[in-house]
Amino acid sequence: MILTKAQYEEIAQCLVSVPPTRQSLRKLKQRFPSQSQATLLSIFSQEYQKHIKRTHAKHHTSEAIETYYQRYLSGVVKDGAAPVLLELANEMDYAPSLMARIILERFLQEHEETPPSKSVINSMLRDPSQIPDGVLANQVYQCIVNDCCYGPLVDCIKHAIGHEHEVLLRDLLLEKNLSFLDEDQLRAKGYDKTPDFILQVPVAVEGHIIHWIESKASFGDECSHHAYLHDQFWSYWNRFGPGLVIYWYGFIQELDCNRERGILLKASFPTDIVTLCHSISSS
Amino acid sequence: MASPPGAEVCKRSGRCSGRSASGSPLPDRTGHLAAEPADPARVSSRQRQRLRLVALVYSAVMAENLVPNLFLELYFVLQLLTARRMVATGDSHPDPGPGAPDSVGSPLFRNVHDCVFFAVQVLERQLQVLSYLDKGTLKLLAENERLLCFSPALQSRLRAAYEGSVAKVSLAMPHSAQAVSFQPETDNRANFSSDRAFHTFKKQRDVFYEVLREWEDHHEEPGWDFEKGLGSRIRAMMGQLSAACSHSHFVRLFQKQLLQMCQDPGGAAGVVLGEAPDVLSMLGADKLGRLRRLQERLLAPQSSGGPCPPPTFPGCQGFFRDFILSASSFQFNQHLMDSLSLKIQELNGLTLPQPEPSEDEGESDVDWQVRQNGGERRQFAVVMLSLRLLAKFLGFVAFLPYRGPEPPPTRELQDSILALRSQVPPVLDVRALLQQGLQARRAVLTVPWLVEFLSLADHIVPLLDYYRSIFGLLLHLHRSLVLSEESEGGMCFLNKLLLLAVLGWLFQIPTVPEDLFFLEEGQADGLEVDIEASGRGLDSVPVVDQHLLYTCCPYIGELRKLLASWVSGSSGRSGGFVRKITPTTTTGLGARLPQTIQGLQAQLAQAFFHNQPPSLRRTVEFVAERIGSNCVKHIKATLVADLVCQAESLLQEQLVSPGQKEGDPAQLLESLCSQLCPHGAQALSQAREFCQKKSPGAVRALLPEETPAAVLSSAENIAVGLATEKACTWLSANITALIRREVKAAVSRALRVQGPEPAARGERRGCSRASSLAVCAAISPLPQPQPQPQHDSSSLCSCPHQDVLALAAGPRDPEEGVSPEHVEQLLGQLSQMLQCRQYLCPPAEQHLAKCSVELASLLVADQVPVLGPPAQHQLERGQARRFLNMLLSLWKDDFQVPVPLQLLLSPRNMGLLAATRPRQWDLLLFLLRELVEQGLMGRAQIEACLGSLREAQWPEDISKELATLFSLFLAEPHIPEPQLRARELVQPNRGTVLAQS
Repeated sequence: MILTKAQYEEIAQCLVSVPPTRQSLRKLKQRFPSQSQATLLSIFSQEYQKHIKRTHAKHHTSEAIETYYQRYLSGVVKDGAAPVLLELANEMDYAPSLMARIILERFLQEHEETPPSKSVINSMLRDPSQIPDGVLANQVYQCIVNDCCYGPLVDCIKHAIGHEHEVLLRDLLLEKNLSFLDEDQLRAKGYDKTPDFILQVPVAVEGHIIHWIESKASFGDECSHHAYLHDQFWSYWNRFGPGLVIYWYGFIQELDCNRERGILLKASFPTDIVTLCHSISSS
Repeated sequence: MASPPGAEVCKRSGRCSGRSASGSPLPDRTGHLAAEPADPARVSSRQRQRLRLVALVYSAVMAENLVPNLFLELYFVLQLLTARRMVATGDSHPDPGPGAPDSVGSPLFRNVHDCVFFAVQVLERQLQVLSYLDKGTLKLLAENERLLCFSPALQSRLRAAYEGSVAKVSLAMPHSAQAVSFQPETDNRANFSSDRAFHTFKKQRDVFYEVLREWEDHHEEPGWDFEKGLGSRIRAMMGQLSAACSHSHFVRLFQKQLLQMCQDPGGAAGVVLGEAPDVLSMLGADKLGRLRRLQERLLAPQSSGGPCPPPTFPGCQGFFRDFILSASSFQFNQHLMDSLSLKIQELNGLTLPQPEPSEDEGESDVDWQVRQNGGERRQFAVVMLSLRLLAKFLGFVAFLPYRGPEPPPTRELQDSILALRSQVPPVLDVRALLQQGLQARRAVLTVPWLVEFLSLADHIVPLLDYYRSIFGLLLHLHRSLVLSEESEGGMCFLNKLLLLAVLGWLFQIPTVPEDLFFLEEGQADGLEVDIEASGRGLDSVPVVDQHLLYTCCPYIGELRKLLASWVSGSSGRSGGFVRKITPTTTTGLGARLPQTIQGLQAQLAQAFFHNQPPSLRRTVEFVAERIGSNCVKHIKATLVADLVCQAESLLQEQLVSPGQKEGDPAQLLESLCSQLCPHGAQALSQAREFCQKKSPGAVRALLPEETPAAVLSSAENIAVGLATEKACTWLSANITALIRREVKAAVSRALRVQGPEPAARGERRGCSRASSLAVCAAISPLPQPQPQPQHDSSSLCSCPHQDVLALAAGPRDPEEGVSPEHVEQLLGQLSQMLQCRQYLCPPAEQHLAKCSVELASLLVADQVPVLGPPAQHQLERGQARRFLNMLLSLWKDDFQVPVPLQLLLSPRNMGLLAATRPRQWDLLLFLLRELVEQGLMGRAQIEACLGSLREAQWPEDISKELATLFSLFLAEPHIPEPQLRARELVQPNRGTVLAQS
């Protein structure tokens, strides 16, 4: 779904201070019925992440942590079965999974002799059964499953989506008989930067030469696109020449401005592919 | 010798235009004055005689190359031809009356008629040179009305020359920057001393291109400044280049990019010249003016700046110059000079096409033509333009510390500077290269780049003995390039014209002393090179065409601009219709073939080649090099890949065999390598076989059909030998290391796939299946044939999974819930996806496994909120049991990763059950029994879980119920009777009853 900047901003506008829950997503879908769920979720997630990046620091001051922890404690004393932690996160306008991490970390500091390592905390968040306190385990679990933007479950889903689109792209390339080297093969050869696929014989898409293809199972907004340009796409260009980026969940139209320079954006696998003809008789 | 008259005139018109030697009238070319008509009848007969005589002498001096710059003289002559009128200066002499004797001191040109008459007289004698100019210039000359008026004969000859000329210069598209491609052979980790150096260079490459792109975007904006915009970033980047090896990597990138972008001296900006009418006539007269204004705007900055411009860095070259200046890094400059010098020597020594002295002239001609059409001339142009570019930058960097904006040092200072400088060795022994070039009759290749190098020298350089001798040689060469002398085996006309043009330009550069040309006569004796010696070299091959001439010497285009401005009526250099030259692309500069031949066989092979055409040798060496290299690649893809597969299966055996404690990965690797590396010895025999099989065919395909059989078979054998030697040398040195590296990669890949939890490893048969699948995928990049894949994937499944789990965990809105159909659909999708496996990756599958266990816990605890009539908020128990059965079959048959079933009995999930009122244990008991019966969990395992559950702190009633559950589970016969289970099914509350009892 290719959106104009104005269309995108209209959606982003609706996402200011909205908690990252399935209810919010449902409302968004009702508001923009013509957009696909995946596109909306991707935009939602990116906007929410921007919001969290901006406000992250204020939730991590020692005063804030202490306040949250005390509120959590008094909440569960009153009713351990109530969604104390989740409601606290929503009230503080912070991601439930991240709030759960703050409280868990604080809890462990209090109950263990040594400060908990990151890996211990991550492992407990992945599997709350490992949390020594049953009530906290339930509270944390509730936060994680109710957060559609952060948390181990969401990370895994995102990873799976990315992977499956790479597989999809690979199948399409095979179907079109385009020979390529994939990321693993490139890495094995010692390439320092590796797009998802490098075409062994370049093709032309909409009149532009393409040497490589990168699959992005997300929506291309300004912020993520610029980060990708800087960290990945230009690096690929610097090594392999012009290439194609597929944002499967769409992108902001105005960002497709480097076509002449050698970075082409598409929201799906291109249909207009011109391959090199093998007739040498003419030359 | 004294300055010849032509040079005197030239200096006046070119360098010191406007300076009047005496008070004589001057030709004026300013545009606002209407041109005065010129009339041959108004040249007096006495004046005619005098002008004719001077023209004769002047032409003779030009013909003998006694003027420093031929084209400057032609420019002067064309200026006379297109003079608008004479303006009197100071005490102008009146026309001497008829009969008055012409004193030597009286002015030669008294009026426009004199000027034009003289110009035409000279042009008549320069017809040969003129006819080699580009078609556009010829057309303008042929259409010049003054020329027609003064010499119809010359005009018709020029027209004929125009019509016969093929020296068209084509329009070109501006090309945008292309990056230097990443080549694993030179750029991967193995080429760096440390990981850090490798990653630093990775970043540097990206910063370099970022800077380049920014320059492309901004350098034409007014007010943009390179140093201000990019300087600090460039220096920060250069600052990271600590290791010497990184410097050489960066310099290689820099140099390659330089060659790629700037081979055409104009770079993307292009050189401006060409033939006006054919493009312009298409546009119509009214658009002409607009087009010209547009062109002036676009191209004015690239104007070549008069007939003798100082050296500049047009177009993209400016980026590289400014980069060097901003970087201001001593190390970078030194590495750059090293690299440029090496590349210059390499290209300068390249074997370029030479006419083959053959007994059969006809065949030789055909051969030459074929190669010429096939791009041999272009290859020369590519090599020569690359050399000029590299030499220019070498000169720029080498003389950078000595060059400044200040005027040349005074005589007094010179001596001490000379003493200092004369003991500094030259950056590259250009004198030796020049001498070799002259001896080998390759001046047409060597001199143009040497001129570029010298053009960036500082004022002191021409005074140093070493460089003085070079200038001496160049002067000697210049004098010898007489255009009218065309001898068999001598230098071709355009080759000479190119050398005259570049040398003439060099002699006019401000840093070269003005009097050098006239004073150095006869000083090159000590270095006399036998230039006259007969024998064929590159010089006698027609490698230069007009395109190359104008590309190297854009200032020759000033002649055309001058004529065009006369036509358009405007003045100066704004006139002239300008076009671009096709940029020459960089393609294979023909890397030098490595000379690794040794021993008697090698000597015999050398002898064999001695009497064969050079193309045969090139072909054989080429084939050997390629086949040898392909052979190594083939061994990697077959033998080494097989060994890696063996390593993988050995590894699997070690990992799954019971009781085999997982060893240290390093030890594991060692044991694998010691088993597999000996097999590497097969590589050599396989390599021999490969080269033996592949080389002869390649040689046969590339050599002429008519090659004698004996020659052919020898060539084939040599190619086989060379290819085998190349491949075996490499393999015997590297095969073991190669196998080790690949096996190591495979081992770490396999260990990664195995996952981080060694305890879980080998727990279920699914584990070995999963890893064998991963190994299989690692071996073959293509997916295995699969059931018809639907794009029905893990994410489509995980998202609703999360929703169900979130709904169950609450909090939920009153209207929220799951329909039993939805759960069923979800489980169906999950099963489908697990069977298809197309889009699965291990982490996703692991998560799904965990989610499915969570779902089972919710079902057991009756915590799935069901949509439906308000009275019935819970799942019907029969349905729950059906779902559990579906899950059991998923776990049993579909999941290939370990399913964390023990989570069912984790205190947290047990807490879910404990929280329900009334509590019902029957589903859990059912599930546990089924797990055991279907072999998903061992009894002992469940007992252990239940045991540890009982240790946790529970309210008393739950503890009691747990105890009952435990004893009930224990009491169950190992193979429960079906009747018993059936009975349970119809007694949904038995669990509760049981717990209450």
